Amino acid sequence: MKKISFILNGEKRNAYVEANDLLVDVLREKVGMHSIKYACGRGDCGACTILLNGKGVRSCIILAIEADGQEILTLEGLSKDELSPVQESFIKHNSFQCGFCAPGMILSATELLEKNPNPTEEEVKEGISGNLCRCTGYTPIIDAILDVNKKDVDKK
Amino acid sequence: MEDFKFIGKSVDRLDEREKVTGAAKYVDDIDFGPNLLYAEIVESPHPHALIKSIDTSEAEKMEGVVKVVTGKDFPYKFGLYMKDRYIFAQDRVNFVGEQVAAVVARDPRTAQKAAKLVKVEYELLPAIFDPIEALKEDAPLIHPDLENYPHVPWFYPQGGTNVAHLKKVRKGDIDKGFKEADFILEDDYRIPRYAHCCLETHIAVGLLDYSGRLTVWASSQSPYTQRNLFVDALAPLGFSHKDVRVIAPCVGGGFGGKAGVTMEIIAAALATAVKGHPVKVMWRRDQEFYNTYMRQQVVSKIKVGVKNDGTITAFEIMNYWDAGPYVEYGANVVNASALSATGPYRIPNVKIDSYCIYTNLPAAGPYRGFGYSEMLFSVESHMTRIAKAIGIDPVDLRRKNGIKEGDSLTYGVPMNPSGLLEAIDKVADEIEWEKKEESKDPNKAIGKGFAIFWKAPAMPPNVTTSAFIKFNEDGSLNVLVSGVELGQGYLTVMAQVAAEILTVPPEKIRVELPDTDRNPYHWQTVASHVTWASGNAVKRAALEMRDKIFALIHTVYHYDTSTLYLEDEKVKCKLHPSFELPLRDFVINGIETEDGTYRGGAIVGSGAFMPSFASAKQDPETGQGGHPNVHYTVGAAAVKIEVDKQTGKVRILKAVEALDAGKALNPRNVEHQIYGGLLQGFATALYEDMRFDENGKILNPNFTDYKIPTALDIPDEVVPIIIEVPQPDGPFGARGIGEHPMIPAAPLIANAVEDALGIRIKSMPITAEKIAMAIANGKKEVDDFLMIMKK
Repeated sequence: MKKISFILNGEKRNAYVEANDLLVDVLREKVGMHSIKYACGRGDCGACTILLNGKGVRSCIILAIEADGQEILTLEGLSKDELSPVQESFIKHNSFQCGFCAPGMILSATELLEKNPNPTEEEVKEGISGNLCRCTGYTPIIDAILDVNKKDVDKK
Repeated sequence: MEDFKFIGKSVDRLDEREKVTGAAKYVDDIDFGPNLLYAEIVESPHPHALIKSIDTSEAEKMEGVVKVVTGKDFPYKFGLYMKDRYIFAQDRVNFVGEQVAAVVARDPRTAQKAAKLVKVEYELLPAIFDPIEALKEDAPLIHPDLENYPHVPWFYPQGGTNVAHLKKVRKGDIDKGFKEADFILEDDYRIPRYAHCCLETHIAVGLLDYSGRLTVWASSQSPYTQRNLFVDALAPLGFSHKDVRVIAPCVGGGFGGKAGVTMEIIAAALATAVKGHPVKVMWRRDQEFYNTYMRQQVVSKIKVGVKNDGTITAFEIMNYWDAGPYVEYGANVVNASALSATGPYRIPNVKIDSYCIYTNLPAAGPYRGFGYSEMLFSVESHMTRIAKAIGIDPVDLRRKNGIKEGDSLTYGVPMNPSGLLEAIDKVADEIEWEKKEESKDPNKAIGKGFAIFWKAPAMPPNVTTSAFIKFNEDGSLNVLVSGVELGQGYLTVMAQVAAEILTVPPEKIRVELPDTDRNPYHWQTVASHVTWASGNAVKRAALEMRDKIFALIHTVYHYDTSTLYLEDEKVKCKLHPSFELPLRDFVINGIETEDGTYRGGAIVGSGAFMPSFASAKQDPETGQGGHPNVHYTVGAAAVKIEVDKQTGKVRILKAVEALDAGKALNPRNVEHQIYGGLLQGFATALYEDMRFDENGKILNPNFTDYKIPTALDIPDEVVPIIIEVPQPDGPFGARGIGEHPMIPAAPLIANAVEDALGIRIKSMPITAEKIAMAIANGKKEVDDFLMIMKK
């Protein structure tokens, strides 16, 4: 067992991990971040997406020890106070059905808009193409992400 | 049209906040404490073999292993419609991946390591993967005891063969029908297997506590059906239904795959072997592919006769369904779809044979569309070919023969009210069917495809559902039902139904997730029937509460109940405009009278619904009689595609789909079912491509090799159209639409590819590779079928 430390949603957290523990398991089972979903185990589906130092990664194909000293954002971190504009837009557009992809999808959308506040429809599709959703047909998700941007424009 | 306040409005989802914040709890998000154990399954590497011996001694010795069980510990069968499946294999295995033994350990890694130490000795038997070969006289028998299996009375297993069920439908005079025809087209179509690919894999946690209560937490479409099957399968252990509890928290997608009972029975059984410990069984993604249900493979042989004016005179179809080695649920897919195998057409002379066939591929069963997504590929491909062959527009052929209210169904019952013709016209207009379009790019071809569809709920005639509703002190409501929120918006729509009757807005209503201890009976969340059935039950419960409220007001104020009404969460009286009493003032603590005593008390309501006209009593030789289907939901759809003539890649430029929801209780949810269902269907048509090796082992049980659509794969434009011809016995006229959007997707693509290129592809999927090879080889018809890879 090795002790690792990381900043999780703005707070310093420690965990004791084996060398071969996956980050998804440590964050879910040892730190209690259950918004992260495990669904494929090989980085295909994006349900376990977290933001590691602001960059979207698949926590099912990353070792926990690689997170030592890093900064992690999960959906819990976005939900602490008010909902984020992305979350609000997902509600407005009914952008999920079963909800299992929603945490990863919202984080990917958050990362996308952070880097590119005014994406085109094609850029939105590309930006979330690593997050699978079997329910919605993606249209309501794409609409929600494009709308976050539009609201910003309206405010100005 | 009645004026509704909440019905027909796209109110916000009840589960929106918990799902966008990550607060939603799925089974694996529940903390079961440090006593939790983990199961790993020892699986068969062979498609068909006798088990000669199992040696568990090495696994049992490993530190951290609590228990190793095999078939000997649970010699019990289970099954929804036919008991043909054991919890663990007994003396034989019938597919690659079948559970032979289970190791229960204190942590998952120990369980996995120990499972590898279980030694199983097999004697190989010849295996069979093709439904047609399984019918041959010298085919190996997968169930030698078939004739002794308990099953529902409307199944007809053929003992001594691999036919688990043969459903026949005979209407009119088929020979006369073909004699009257001016043109007859006969051909074969092949539909492979598909996987549901819910994002959340199957998971179940079982606990037999020291008092003898069995609780199972499951990601399930069917909590009550599971409870019943657990009690039934484990009958020798003597459980009463009251002591078995199934809890279904949030479910990460279903699509039919989480209907009935599959791996959940393992969690229930293992719990009884490790009393006092919760034990978790969670499928990895590969197990999700091969050990739940798959969609069935179908070989469809179809023959249709028409007059020169396009009138269909005769329809004959033989559908051979590969249902895998266990058909306890899958046989009903075969049965139900046989009753409707004509598609939504008015045809006087019909012959349908639908064979449910055992094979040594993994068990297959319900999948969104329940047989209709499969068989309408052949029917709707065939109808377009016939129209073109006799020089009639394919849309006109459908207008001419499309079923109308009152037309006789294949089993003789009149068709329910239906907006099929309206759907056809609206879709044809929206896709600009008359307008021929050509690509500006010489390497690309544009084509349009059209299809119509229908589906009825497939269920036993006495399926029932119920609801409880209770008021809270502030006039808010809790609705207790046992339908499952799979993402379709069930909770929201039930709240809208209660809201409409009681005038309490949906945001003041919670609809609780299923727990068989608390929420009343509901059969299963399948068959697109919950809006209709559960909606009726909730409506009745709410009406009962309204009656109680009016009776109370009458007792206290002596107003005639017929003059009372509810508005904006208040009771009002038509004769006394100044009277208004807020619900929150009395629905818990009653109304005070002049002498200081109170009348009333907590207002609660209950409602149940079961169709009283349904009957499965049919002649086994003709399928006539009875009333097996409660109603049909119909629709029409079209696509415009662009095909790259060099790569064969299909781009969907526009998709239009209209369906008759009766009354769309929440129109946005209906439209969103269309977006999701169409894309799921287009994926089966274009690229989801399941492959097995020559030993029946699935080769691509993951999302790298079995591609499901990403956001980059959606059509350029989707136009959903809602038709509303009310269903007389539905809540506010509603009928179900959840499965339907997927159903026409495959023939739409096949018909559009032919329109674009003149190439008819008769086997799914219609991959870019198939199209490109056909162009390169100058083929006009393609029937290549690649599901089983030959050496």
